[in-house]
Amino acid sequence: MSDKHKVTIDGITVEVEAGTSILNAARQIGGDIVPPAMCYYSKLEGSGGKCRTCLVQVSKGSEKDPRPMPKLVASCRTTVMDGMEVKNITSPEVVEARKGVVEMLLLNHPLDCPVCDQAGECHLQDLGYEHGRAKTRYEFDRRTFEKVDLGDKIQLHMTRCILCYRCVFTADQITNTRLHGVLNRGDHSEISTYISKAIDNDFSGNVIDVCPVGALTDKTFRFKNRVWFTKPVQAHRDCDHEKCNGKVTLWYKGEEVIRVTARKDQYGEVEEFICNTCRFDKKQTSDWVIEAPTKISNKSVISSNHYDTMKPLPVVKTNPQLLEANKEQFERDTRL
Amino acid sequence: MGRKLLLEHINVPGINTLEVYRQKGGYRSVEKALKQMTPEEIVEEVKKSGLRGRGGAGFPTGMKWGFLAKPEGVARYLVCNGDESEPGTFKDRYLMTYIPHALIEGMIVGSFALGAHVSYIYLRGEMMPQIRILEKAIAEAKAAGFLGKNILGTGYDLELYVQPGGGAYICGEETALLESLEGKRGNPRIKPPFPAIAGLYGCPTVVNNVESIAAVVPIINDGGEEYAKIGVGRSTGTKLISAGGNLKKPGVYEIELGLTCEEFVYSDEYCGGIANGKTLKAVVAGGSSVPILPNNLFFKTANGEARLMSYESLSDGGFATGTMLGSGGFIAYDEDQCIVRNTWNFTRFYHHESCGQCSPCREGTGWMEKVLHRLEHGHGKMSDIDLLVDVSKKIEGNTICPLGDAAAWPVASAIRHFRDEFEWHVTHPSEATTRNFGLAHYADPLPKKEETAA
Repeated sequence: MSDKHKVTIDGITVEVEAGTSILNAARQIGGDIVPPAMCYYSKLEGSGGKCRTCLVQVSKGSEKDPRPMPKLVASCRTTVMDGMEVKNITSPEVVEARKGVVEMLLLNHPLDCPVCDQAGECHLQDLGYEHGRAKTRYEFDRRTFEKVDLGDKIQLHMTRCILCYRCVFTADQITNTRLHGVLNRGDHSEISTYISKAIDNDFSGNVIDVCPVGALTDKTFRFKNRVWFTKPVQAHRDCDHEKCNGKVTLWYKGEEVIRVTARKDQYGEVEEFICNTCRFDKKQTSDWVIEAPTKISNKSVISSNHYDTMKPLPVVKTNPQLLEANKEQFERDTRL
Repeated sequence: MGRKLLLEHINVPGINTLEVYRQKGGYRSVEKALKQMTPEEIVEEVKKSGLRGRGGAGFPTGMKWGFLAKPEGVARYLVCNGDESEPGTFKDRYLMTYIPHALIEGMIVGSFALGAHVSYIYLRGEMMPQIRILEKAIAEAKAAGFLGKNILGTGYDLELYVQPGGGAYICGEETALLESLEGKRGNPRIKPPFPAIAGLYGCPTVVNNVESIAAVVPIINDGGEEYAKIGVGRSTGTKLISAGGNLKKPGVYEIELGLTCEEFVYSDEYCGGIANGKTLKAVVAGGSSVPILPNNLFFKTANGEARLMSYESLSDGGFATGTMLGSGGFIAYDEDQCIVRNTWNFTRFYHHESCGQCSPCREGTGWMEKVLHRLEHGHGKMSDIDLLVDVSKKIEGNTICPLGDAAAWPVASAIRHFRDEFEWHVTHPSEATTRNFGLAHYADPLPKKEETAA
């Protein structure tokens, strides 16, 4: 029993490797009992513990020391002990605290989802829907920032940032040089380059993928389309960058590749980081070998992209006038 | 007259120099510890003394030293936390300014006990004069052979460095201090691992308050048991209290723990009563982050016993009717002070000092500050009071480091005890901007519950 630990989360018992965090143990169980995580990123060492959305209650410390932990703990940074009992959604205290955290996270968030490129794949949006209140109790001006271009491919809109530090860890661990970081403190703190430098290296585009909100967006995709109108497919190419294996998700609108991202798992975490060439420069179908459509959870708004509506509506097909007016669209769709 | 251990020779001219300090028996403990005792014996002595951390949390120092991991071949560090920035607390600065050698002596003994060969004194950046004083004192000690290679011929080496910080309150949190000492942004680390396992540069580290380290000196000189005789119960020894606010004689006082609060405030030996013949309205007993108490609850506990200046007695009654000894930043408010304004002021401080790492503290402190600002300036609503309580509950206990708690407690306690005053600010907005609520019933004997005077 030295390397396997038994942990019970909301009444479901699972055996995990020693050293696993509560959050990862819950992910092995899956389903509703997985605490939400805004700042934790399994691929990034040292991430987590900051957003406090994954707070859980430890009602029994371990088999040896059954005392409960006095405070709610961040499940992403607390390792399991043998015989530990954890309460997540079964604890009213946790539900209440999480509601509070979501409210705090949304306090200075502009809630500009209607014009935000991240809408539809935004973790904060999901979190708000699942755990938040319908109305905010905050009656003051929200913190705002000017939009900043970090180089010609990435735009930073600090107003939306929730300071999860993921992009900082990414730059530290994936790229050779980190050119951005957190300036100032408290609610004035901001992600910034020192001073208004461009972020320029082969893997810098990954900060867009790890950003849970719309603070870091792809300038080649900004305002091109809503994600739920696009059609994701898995593809790969023979990338000559040594650290990139070219496995990506292509986001199609019609027959145009309008965005390339890394492949993401069900928790929104990328499977493998990709290089900037793949992300920003290869936007022709001919650059890629297409594998299969990306599986999208039926809970996601992206799955509502009804592929068939891209074809002309029945009324268009029968009305000659509309047929003429939509000729171009019709031809494209039938070709597809 | 209470016994003085730390400030016994404070009024001796030239005590800040090594020469005078030696004449008054300084560095005896270094000689005793290094020549006659083993490190284990020193730790045992500190455990016996019952010394508790003087920085605020009151964790037993001996136990903390005992927890230090001692793996082979890995350096260990003793770090002195001189980032004293709590509003109302100025005892460490006083100690370092006037008797810098007491701290250095404690650092040598402590480092020897923990097996550290490099130790740091981390000071807040604003304390530039103290940094110069300490550096001068360290140079003196080094010249006299108390620091450096082969101290007093015992073969023990110790280098002591003074490191100025950037002037952030958060760097007084031990892991944020270590980050800052390493040259990084002063964000608290997520625990575990605790510094005793992986602290400075990933090595086992003990972080102690200035006063705790200085208190090791009398413990080694006189023995832990002798030290433990002073004080009451688990609160042993003497404590420096920095008294401020509307007192006749504000200043730094060394008290024996267990002194009654009444004696501390009113006796001529200590604060000498309230200035200008006013009445005491409220007290913050241990620095801005501890709950504020009204006059009546401060002098008597909820069960009618006299309250003592000790860790246990001050926290008697939990947060409902008690407070904490904290770091000893004693602030007295007379009848002319506005509690709402004071709470706003504290919250403004925490809003400014929050590091911004975890969301409840980053966003919540700003929110509370804005609501309190509105209340203080006569634009508040009745619902704001409950909102503040709710927000403070959402912050408390849900953050990485205790700054969240420290920001939440003053607000929650001010509303708990001074709700009338907050309500008066809502119901009399124009009056509230021109005059204060006054003493009202806050000094009345406890069992009597009266209507609000205003």
